[in-house]
Amino acid sequence: MTDPKIVIIGGGSAGLACALALYQKGISDVVILEKEDELGGILNQCIHTGFGLTRFKQEYTGPHYAQRFIDDIMPYHPDIRLGATVLELHPDKTLIYSDRTGCHTLHPQIVVLALGARERTRGNIGIPGDRSIGVWTAGSAQRYLNIDGYLVGRKVFILGSGDIGLIMARRMTLSGATVVGVAELLPYSNGLTRNLVQCLDDFNIPLHLSTTITAIHGKPRVNAITLCTVDANRRPIPETAQRVEVDTVLLSIGLLPDQVLGEQAGLLMDPRTRGPVVDDHLMTSVDGIYACGNALHIHDLVDWVSLEGEKVAQAIAESLQSEAKATRIPITAKGKLAYILPQSVHDGASHLTLNYRVTQPMEKAVIRLVGDGEVVLTLPKTRLHPSEMQRIEIPHALLSKIHYNWSVELSDE
Amino acid sequence: MNKPITCIICPKGCQITVNAETSPWITEGNACARGAAYAIQETADPRRTLTATVAILGAAIPRCPVVTSAPIPKGELLSTMDKLNHLTIHAPVNAGDVLVENFAGEGIHLVATRTLENTHAA
Ligand SMILES: Cc1cc2nc3c(=O)[nH]c(=O)nc-3n(C[C@H](O)[C@H](O)[C@H](O)COP(=O)(O)OP(=O)(O)OC[C@H]3O[C@@H](n4cnc5c(N)ncnc54)[C@H](O)[C@@H]3O)c2cc1C
Ligand code: SF4
Repeated sequence: MTDPKIVIIGGGSAGLACALALYQKGISDVVILEKEDELGGILNQCIHTGFGLTRFKQEYTGPHYAQRFIDDIMPYHPDIRLGATVLELHPDKTLIYSDRTGCHTLHPQIVVLALGARERTRGNIGIPGDRSIGVWTAGSAQRYLNIDGYLVGRKVFILGSGDIGLIMARRMTLSGATVVGVAELLPYSNGLTRNLVQCLDDFNIPLHLSTTITAIHGKPRVNAITLCTVDANRRPIPETAQRVEVDTVLLSIGLLPDQVLGEQAGLLMDPRTRGPVVDDHLMTSVDGIYACGNALHIHDLVDWVSLEGEKVAQAIAESLQSEAKATRIPITAKGKLAYILPQSVHDGASHLTLNYRVTQPMEKAVIRLVGDGEVVLTLPKTRLHPSEMQRIEIPHALLSKIHYNWSVELSDE
Repeated sequence: MNKPITCIICPKGCQITVNAETSPWITEGNACARGAAYAIQETADPRRTLTATVAILGAAIPRCPVVTSAPIPKGELLSTMDKLNHLTIHAPVNAGDVLVENFAGEGIHLVATRTLENTHAA
């Protein structure tokens, strides 16, 4: 097998957008490796509407959004290898993948990590109690129900008020299960108002804020949980403990970028995003390895995931044309910012989009951009929420003036 | 007085009450006119777009995701799910295909949202 110049790992929305944009630019020496038997990634199980409003000015379901890209890419006769799981990625970009015919080694010049995210599990937060059957991550339950057609339980409790949990509360109710309640450790919900109304209120499902599950009971299957209110320091208040009878617990407690391959390849990781550190071309600390989508940082809107894939394609196209390497200026996050991405920008870059999240809900806030020690831009912001990724476009006129360091600071007004 | 309605048009999430005894109806708690229109629609005729799956034969997977072509009355969600449970379709289908015309009445169709090839054909 001859070696392709470019390998994209993952055929979800990030990988598809990147591949399509490469073909459209006339770059066709590309292989897409996807471990599942179909393209589309997580979108295939997100059968609700709410995808693509920004890009297509139309609300698609997840599978339909993916189909738009698949339909556009097929005429290029892409080299897509399905059922192909990448097992190893080395710093020199040698990679090993397995499929039904065995193990294969490739030596591409460029690798794009588009491998999505993993769900946090019971192990990540350490819920005590029995190791009962019937405890699922919300995403696995979603996959079983929406793709395989199995309902994982009849009497369900959901931990975590993020959108995936809310969407599953509605979906399981409509499929005949009883959703007893949703608990959120924080004093505020992480879900969109629309989902709180249309997934919980519509079906009279209670949302318990500042509440968590302190124990899971039942052998072999869950028969109850202990629910506890937490204090301001998120510590359970024992007197509030109550037993709730359920046969299933869904965990919707967050996603983490899939880091396994990145760590093998020795990429520098950002403890804040939990993904690789990248520059404004979305290139990681290893020359020729790029990252986009949920593998880079967790997204709530697919439109931005697709954009990131396309941005990587643009950067690859430029890198194939010229070897010129400008120095990179570091960008640091300060104050109440959970993270900022990218973590550096090329000196002389023509434009820059910064992505950030906040650590806590803020009614009013101010963002200050500090370049080479001076405040160069002040942006007032309203209603910032940790569950919503924010973007700032930096004007070219500003970019061209700064050569040593950038910092972005978020504070109360 | 009716239960307050949480406005979902923008992230502010105003709590709006609708007084349906006056003519025209009066809304309270909305910070803008878009909220008033939403709250009145929610009171008069609340509707939701239904997404679900139906059984499919001949495809690589057993379920095909579907959507109603327009929002249906909120009170009909469960009965519409019941109708879906009795439906089986056959591959191939294309995303966007109308599977059942006028499925929910009022000219609202049932539409497939995923392309599934017939994997059993020779
Ligand atoms: C449950 C849920 C609901 C969402 N709801 C919305 C919504 O309503 N609206 C919206 O705009 N966005 C929504 N999002 C966000 C958005 O859809 C996702 O962020 C986006 O689709 C992620 O795309 P991705 O390509 O980064 O990752 P994925 O779609 O996860 O794609 C990664 C792909 O890589 C493959 N892969 C992983 N490891 C390997 C390996 N080692 N070798 C080969 N292949 C590998 C996987 O099989 C997968 O196909 C939702 C996300 C989730 C999880
Ligand atoms: S009433 Fe207006 S301001 Fe208030 S939530 Fe609705 S759209 Fe937003």
